[in-house]
Amino acid sequence: MHPVLYTVLQRLGLGLLTLFIVSIIIFSSIALLPGDFGQQVLGQAALPETVEAFRRELGLDKPAWLRYIDWIAAVLQGDLGTSFSGRASSGADASRSVWELVAPRLSNTLFLAGFTALIAVPLSLFLGITAALKRNSIYDRSVNAVTLTTISFPEFFLAYLLIVVLAGIFPTLSNVTPDMSLGDRILKIALPALTMTLVIVAHMMRMTRAALINLLASPYIEMAQLKGASRAKVIIKHALPNAWAPIATVIAFNLAYLVVGVVVVEVVFVYPGIGQLMVDSVSSRDIPVAQACALIFAATYILLNLMADVIGIVTNPRLLHPR
Amino acid sequence: MTTDTDNRGAKGDILLEMKDVEIDGFSDERWHKIVKGVDLTLRRGEVMGLIGESGAGKSTLGKAAMGYAQPGCMIKSGTIMFDGIDLMALSETEKRKLWGSRIAYVAQSAAASFNPAHRLIDQTVEATIDHGINGETEAKTDAVELYGSLQLPDPENIGTRYPHQVSGGQLQRIMTAMAMSPRPDLIIFDEPTTALDVTTQVEVLVAMRDIVEKFNTAAIYITHDLAVVAQMADFIKVLRYGDEVEEGETRQMLSEPKEDYTKTLWSVRALHKDESPSEDIALSIKNVDAAYGNTVKVLHDVSINIPRGRTVSVVGESGSGKSTTARVITGLLPPMKGSIEFNGQPLPAALKDRNKDQLRRIQMIYQMADTAMNPKQTVAEIIGRPLEFYHDLRGRKRDGRVAQLLEMIELDDSFMDRLPGELSGGQKQRICIARALAADPEVIICDEVTSALDQIVQEGILKLLLRLQKELNITYLFITHDIAVVTAISDEIVVMFQGQVVEQGLKSQILSPPFPDYTQLLLSSVPEMDPDWLDKLVDERS
Repeated sequence: MHPVLYTVLQRLGLGLLTLFIVSIIIFSSIALLPGDFGQQVLGQAALPETVEAFRRELGLDKPAWLRYIDWIAAVLQGDLGTSFSGRASSGADASRSVWELVAPRLSNTLFLAGFTALIAVPLSLFLGITAALKRNSIYDRSVNAVTLTTISFPEFFLAYLLIVVLAGIFPTLSNVTPDMSLGDRILKIALPALTMTLVIVAHMMRMTRAALINLLASPYIEMAQLKGASRAKVIIKHALPNAWAPIATVIAFNLAYLVVGVVVVEVVFVYPGIGQLMVDSVSSRDIPVAQACALIFAATYILLNLMADVIGIVTNPRLLHPR
Repeated sequence: MTTDTDNRGAKGDILLEMKDVEIDGFSDERWHKIVKGVDLTLRRGEVMGLIGESGAGKSTLGKAAMGYAQPGCMIKSGTIMFDGIDLMALSETEKRKLWGSRIAYVAQSAAASFNPAHRLIDQTVEATIDHGINGETEAKTDAVELYGSLQLPDPENIGTRYPHQVSGGQLQRIMTAMAMSPRPDLIIFDEPTTALDVTTQVEVLVAMRDIVEKFNTAAIYITHDLAVVAQMADFIKVLRYGDEVEEGETRQMLSEPKEDYTKTLWSVRALHKDESPSEDIALSIKNVDAAYGNTVKVLHDVSINIPRGRTVSVVGESGSGKSTTARVITGLLPPMKGSIEFNGQPLPAALKDRNKDQLRRIQMIYQMADTAMNPKQTVAEIIGRPLEFYHDLRGRKRDGRVAQLLEMIELDDSFMDRLPGELSGGQKQRICIARALAADPEVIICDEVTSALDQIVQEGILKLLLRLQKELNITYLFITHDIAVVTAISDEIVVMFQGQVVEQGLKSQILSPPFPDYTQLLLSSVPEMDPDWLDKLVDERS
């Protein structure tokens, strides 16, 4: 087997193992949450027998390890379970499957993340490469200063600032609905996407710049210069191909943030994303939904890091072309 | 100025003329003079050897011949005329038109100077195509021819490989092909064989010399190795501390150097110790097999006897298993098979099974004194640590012993409070020697301890080691690839090749015929100060 394929499969296996371990951690930490769903829903006045019956219906009376096995077995078959809210004991049975709740939110989040990435990643690469090219120039310093400033503000502050400045041009509420046209949706998410772009560009741009400048001290870069290559050629042809691994890692890290870390931005712009759903489900002790969200977040992190690893591997000629 | 270009056998018109060149370098927060007003004249087709110790400014001067100052350096004044063009007056863009077309550069470490991400042939012809000297197809066909004339194996296909897929000696020859591809007027060779094994060095030297002759290219050959420069250069310029010491025709410089400094450079190799046989074995390893990670076996049935109070040198190329042998003896790499005996008693194979006294008796000194010391600890702390650990000396007693040890290595107690960063390379290695001595060892393993040092500093360290051996009856296992060092200090020699012992015996015995094939190859590859040595060797081998 080609060593690259072998390494990639190995990483994939490790990723799955990590996901499995994370699922245990998710389950145990949610089990450790204080309070009881039955008590929470039925209120202080509920009779102990009613609470008990309710718990039995939800399966909360079983021991933890058995509940974990039930849960993970169902997840492996593609069944994320049924939400606790709207169950029969708390009135009419209006409960919905977790997937039904999560899917539209997840697709919203991915849409916003994808759109932001589409702006932020090329922008950071461009700024990083040009800053490395014009190292220590006024351009380099200003790019650094501006991106550092935007990353230094809390997200909500940036969000409100953008609302104040751009409220006349873009809508300030991003309450998208599934029946909107693509153009309308993009217009609606312009401000949150811009906020998040400002938050993540600095990190990626600085890493791109640092990775390139780090390589500029290599003997082969001096060799390229002494062969008469121009500055732009030295950076793009000789430094960049060797810099993808660290750049991919930091991009993956930031893309993961776009999916799992944006609840504050969602709240400010009233965007129906998965972050809000997770916060709501935790506060209402809706265990299946909270677990599903956490598992999706973990899978996102692992998948993106796996992709960064793969990029690092296939851009490394030592692995791609073994002796 | 001793430069007198008219007396040289003039080969052609003047190609490069540098006058009163001063170069400053920035370090430790201030500017230092690196090159202090040197003149240099080179005619077409001539090869000049630039020689000097590290810090002499030879590499900086060589790069300045291209009008290039590396980051942190600045050509302050002087004129550099290349074929009638004033390089000092050119802009970066204009200079780039000359670099890689009319002036080419061959760097010291070929492994680090090729871009790992591109194929060798693409790098070979890159400058030629970029400067519009040749089209891609023609340039590549020509590169294949160059590979062939540089004696590279499979010249048709070697270029499709990546740098990590070929050996160091091959890379260095491909870099020569890269320099030659645009048919430059001038090539700067910056220590091109320093990183190579001596057996590989010969092939590369022959290839480089022949191709420079073939195209009548002028060259500046920078090196610290006199014997190498004697083979390559028509005349030699000696530099010291950024100043020219003297310049002259190669044969004349070798036979009758004028300046004292040049004479000391020439005489370093004269250090010699008489061997004395001994049957009292201090340390012996028997039938050792060793491997890293249970897969690649690097030692095959290695047996070595080390007599007490003597120096046993282990010689061989990189990858021959010299350093692995040292790791086995220290217990860092327990062998798969075989045993180690110390004073006739078996020594536990693994480091963790040895007691403090067994650890104390075998000490080690490393090649890179820099990385073998904690940069945040003072000399007293570095030497004091083994005193506390092995002898439980503390406070004033400890400091007294540190001062004694410093005296033994010919430094005074003013060094006690210094940090490694404030010491020179030779001083650092002395501190490492003192640290080893602090344990009162019986055996010291010296792993390439002089390889990173200049020849004069090397001589000082070797003399110190010999003196300590005489005074303290210490046993040395000396690992090195430098045959000159071996002949200087050993009693016995072990020749290793591909993880096996080729032979072991007294110095006189190993260094005189008849030789096993490999020993013959190794010994004959060591450059000699005779300018005709390389020619004779090529004749003998063909």
